[in-house]
Amino acid sequence: MTHRRSSRRSISVEGLSRVEGEGSLHVSIRDGEVGDVSLDIFEPPRYFEALLVGRHFSEAPDITARICGICPVAYQLTACAAMEDLCEVHVGDAVTDLRRLLYCGEWIQSHALHVYLLHAPDFLHCADAVELAERDRGAVQRGLELKRTGNLIMQTVGGRAIHPINVRVGGFFQAPDPHAIAALEEPLRRALILALDTVAWTAGFDFPDEHGDYDFVALHHDGEYAIDSGTARSTSGLDVDAAHLAGLIVEEHVERSSALHAHLAGRGDYLTGPLARFALNAGQLPPRAADAARDAGLEHECRNPFRSVVVRAVELVAACEEALRLVRHYVAPEPATAAVRARAGVGVGATEAPRGLLLHEYEVDEDGTIVRARIIPPTSQNQASIEDDLRRVVEHGLDLSDEELQWRCEQAVRNHDPCISCAAHFLDLEIQR
Amino acid sequence: MNRHPATRPTLAVWKFASCDGCQLSLLDCEDDLLTLSEAVDIAHFTEMSTATVEGPYDISLVEGSISTPDDVRRIHEVRAQSKTLITLGACASAGGIQGLRNFAAAGSYTRSVYAHPEYIDDLATSTPIAEHVTVDFELRGCPIDKGQLLEVLLAHLARRRPLIATSSVCEECKRAGIACVLVGRGVSCLGPITHAGCGALCPSIGRGCFGCFGPSESANTNALAEQLRRVGTSDLELSRLLHTFNAAAPVFLAQYRRHADPNPEAT
Repeated sequence: MTHRRSSRRSISVEGLSRVEGEGSLHVSIRDGEVGDVSLDIFEPPRYFEALLVGRHFSEAPDITARICGICPVAYQLTACAAMEDLCEVHVGDAVTDLRRLLYCGEWIQSHALHVYLLHAPDFLHCADAVELAERDRGAVQRGLELKRTGNLIMQTVGGRAIHPINVRVGGFFQAPDPHAIAALEEPLRRALILALDTVAWTAGFDFPDEHGDYDFVALHHDGEYAIDSGTARSTSGLDVDAAHLAGLIVEEHVERSSALHAHLAGRGDYLTGPLARFALNAGQLPPRAADAARDAGLEHECRNPFRSVVVRAVELVAACEEALRLVRHYVAPEPATAAVRARAGVGVGATEAPRGLLLHEYEVDEDGTIVRARIIPPTSQNQASIEDDLRRVVEHGLDLSDEELQWRCEQAVRNHDPCISCAAHFLDLEIQR
Repeated sequence: MNRHPATRPTLAVWKFASCDGCQLSLLDCEDDLLTLSEAVDIAHFTEMSTATVEGPYDISLVEGSISTPDDVRRIHEVRAQSKTLITLGACASAGGIQGLRNFAAAGSYTRSVYAHPEYIDDLATSTPIAEHVTVDFELRGCPIDKGQLLEVLLAHLARRRPLIATSSVCEECKRAGIACVLVGRGVSCLGPITHAGCGALCPSIGRGCFGCFGPSESANTNALAEQLRRVGTSDLELSRLLHTFNAAAPVFLAQYRRHADPNPEAT
């Protein structure tokens, strides 16, 4: 819908699509000046932090998985990390490797979903993947095969693709059969080729020339591309463990939103997710992914949010390579789980969800009952940076028609693959000028 | 952007309070997704497409529970525009995990999560879709099973009854020849009172069923509670098991109330 007056125009669209969950986008432009810019999240609040209180600590992985059907493994493994920190449990290498394989499955599934079904249609001017398939069925089939491979890993290791059932604090209920893991090798070899094709495909898209002055924050691990563990680093020089990071993150409740907005005390707004991980951890990318990034023209860091689709494709390669390595070296953990005894205290866990850093903090009493929970999803940490992107896109796009500008604004939001279900939400887009 | 009206049956997907996992099951149909998109016109599916077709719709799939005043208005609109309304998952059929707020002191959840509860406009309860409008079919699960979703869609397109078992996880488990985790190993398991549909996933890995699919038809919850007591399941543990993803389902709720004593040793 378009309303145009001499100095003030407004455009409104019912519902921002191809994002997970519901929110609204509001931009006002008066006399050529960009006024308020806000990404408002109206997803109905579901009160996980409140409903976890009184639950047994061992229930946190299964309960928090229900925050997000797209990245349940991120929630499960972050909850496990926090509880194991609290209970001073050290799981063995075999459990760690199997968890990383499961997490790679989720990255492949989630990134393939975002790149092919949610984000690529923006660059190719299609309403959705169905329209894209009418023009380029091969591309959509590639995306669906990648997604299927990710789901296959989640099913094989986790027992179910959405809300896996095999994850527990301490490890797994049952170690997958080595034959079942070995059967993942062939689909993963194909997926790796498709992921490399995805990098080349997305690198050929047209990108608006934008540059974000982000403070990137991601987990870092010297020995591997950080997914399931690491210390928190930022491009502004932060280098702290998860517990310290939890103390630095300030969350504010802003009007007209059911998500909390986060910033870092003394540092301000920041961005997590693929761009941040690539900027801080490109040196840890496995070889094929590193080559693919170079061939796609990605320098040591990428600050054009529109090119995040290429970085996400590079991470698809990395996840496939890592999964292949883990499959080839699979040793069934024996026992499948470490013994875990409840103890009173506070535990913090952080991992890299597909959309960015996810942090859980729990306080548990001596009976193992949760007395306080704090969950900081990627989207609430990225919200301020997404709004900055929107402001910049509008400032640089004032000459665009309403329809083009609206398309670009929606695209700017989707650059960061916001998971509004995670952040708490209905997306209305409204541009006033 | 609006697509041209189609002559194929139209399918709409609607989201209320939920995790998106059940509608993701539709995208997880992968190769079948493109086949499905040829058999039906996906007329409204915000997570997947920018394009929408105005109603009415032949089939509406509804995910999530009703937890805000706007949800109440919207579900009536969806019902009015839909020939057939099918709900997906535990949020839609039993209020979901967020239904636990129904049992908390009014406003206490909002105050504990948000600094400014006055910014939040929601209801004190999270309730199933069928409490608000007529539902033609409820597909169970947290999450639903994508094979069952395809079966329900195909059955509606063919105007036949969907082949969805109404028995229990216990029966699925027995048919699959899985050794009973409850009798054999004393693991707390809700299989005997939980609706079939997952294929007994948890018992197949040695874990007890934790009730994702909600109560089965004619569930004998008292008999199970007695059996669980014999293997050493405490009232607290049983009350938590019954009070998770399908907490507001009446059969689970009634049994939960028999065990939810603040002092579990007292019973």
